[in-house]
Amino acid sequence: MLIIGEKLSIMAKRVREAMMNKDRGPIQDIATAQWKAGADMIDANIGPAEEGGESLMEWVVTTIQEVVPLPISLDTTNYRAIEAGLKVHNKEWGRPLINSTSNDPERFPILELAAKYNAQIIGLTVGKGGLPADAEERAAIAAEIMARAMEYGVPLEDLYLDPLVLQIATSQDHALKVIKAIRIFQELNDPPMKTVVGLSNVSNGCPKQLRPILNSHFLSLLMYEGLTAAIADPHEIAPTVKTINVILGKTLYAHSYLEM
Amino acid sequence: MAFTPPKETYIGRVHAVTIGVGDKTVTFGGENVLPFHTFEGIAPNRPVIAYEIQDIPPTDWPENVQKPYEGVSNDPVTWAKFCQDVLKVKAIALRLIGTHPDRENRSHEDAARTVRDVLSAIDIPLIILGSNHTEKDAPVLVAAAEAAKDRNCIIGKAQEANYKTIVAAAMANNHKLIAMSELDVNLSKQLNILITQMGFDRERLITDPMCSALGYGLEYTYSVMERIRLAALTQNDIAMQPPMLGDIGMYVWKVKETQASETDLPHWGPAEERGMAWEAVTAMVLLLAGAELLIMRHPKAVEVVEKVIEELI
Repeated sequence: MLIIGEKLSIMAKRVREAMMNKDRGPIQDIATAQWKAGADMIDANIGPAEEGGESLMEWVVTTIQEVVPLPISLDTTNYRAIEAGLKVHNKEWGRPLINSTSNDPERFPILELAAKYNAQIIGLTVGKGGLPADAEERAAIAAEIMARAMEYGVPLEDLYLDPLVLQIATSQDHALKVIKAIRIFQELNDPPMKTVVGLSNVSNGCPKQLRPILNSHFLSLLMYEGLTAAIADPHEIAPTVKTINVILGKTLYAHSYLEM
Repeated sequence: MAFTPPKETYIGRVHAVTIGVGDKTVTFGGENVLPFHTFEGIAPNRPVIAYEIQDIPPTDWPENVQKPYEGVSNDPVTWAKFCQDVLKVKAIALRLIGTHPDRENRSHEDAARTVRDVLSAIDIPLIILGSNHTEKDAPVLVAAAEAAKDRNCIIGKAQEANYKTIVAAAMANNHKLIAMSELDVNLSKQLNILITQMGFDRERLITDPMCSALGYGLEYTYSVMERIRLAALTQNDIAMQPPMLGDIGMYVWKVKETQASETDLPHWGPAEERGMAWEAVTAMVLLLAGAELLIMRHPKAVEVVEKVIEELI
């Protein structure tokens, strides 16, 4: 399973300050730590970035890729900032990922960027009308996003469907609906559609000591259903990913498997 | 519509390992496909067969496999030169069986002297094997590794019980290393991990999942080798990407089918031919399972296997 490191988010105070002051040190330290812990990709979340988004994304992408040989997930709703990031992204380290489009007409044009820059893209299964009620509604939205992706010339194997993980503390019934959605999404195409979750949202708002427990166990169930990628903290989930891969027979067992 | 054969794609690759020095080096491994599946990817090197010799006369070998070495096998240096100059072999495997406490219990100094003498007589690559006595192999292989310093040999075999000393000696003297575990894919992976955790470069490692002869558990070796190779190629398991060794001769030439005379068992046919066939078939099976390096005894068996390799690549 692909691990997309979530720690470079503008929501975190240290990251926000570094982004505001264009201070490369913390950005590079956090990116490097995630890479070393097993991240396959780094999520660069610059928020809506309505002002100066282009130069900020450009700076973040080049700053990370200067020290970490990984592709970047460009996490913002700002179309121009995404394009600026795609332009400077070093493809030698892999293809970039756009995070994200959805079924909201305002987010459709982002698909153009994926086609134009040969990027992968996350399709968040929400529309303009609010949160999806269940797995079936998520699948219906997913089908619409898939149709639109084909319209815009984005190959379906470049689309990652995201069922939108909700907080267990406030929307407990959605945990199971998300798991079911991961299963149904894959059935929407042959070869199966790729899937992704923003994992830690499940424990958002929960006491700090519970968060890794909730995240890891939720991830186990999602991996069992065939989840392709997770935006998560690689330090926190590495033992779970390795263990589930052993249990699912994707990695050969050895006593030291956790150290690999 | 023309038939298009289905092709698998693999995500991993077996390490290529080069042994020896100067213009006599040989390289094996390096493929990113299952054995002989060259239509699906690349296999840049053909499997290598090393001829087995030993530090003491091979009185424990059946007569039919002693015969090709008559007159030279009393001395490892003459024997090695015969292999190199007359048989034109690509590599030699010197087994220091005389160091075994139940055999002649030769000292590690003796072993080092033999290694030095053999190396000064040949310029083709050398594989240096202990006697498979885990305690004795530690000092013997350390001395042997030092005696062979910078000749880029293979030292073996490091096992769970003695790997630390042997790994350190192989590292200090720039050799490749055989890691052997006993017919268990998980323990094989674990030993490779432990060895690389000591700082030994995984690209200098060779895996020996333990051999067996046709009719005597060969299917276990086959299955373990197959699983190792599938992990290397389809799961990109870096601990399982070293090339694999089939140490055939010593397992084949001790079974009843290679020992029994035609007088005792006339319906089994001529003993020499039977022995060669047994060794050749065992070797071919392991090549099909994924072995890249073989250690064999009978020149005629090697000849047959080389011919089949030629046809398959």
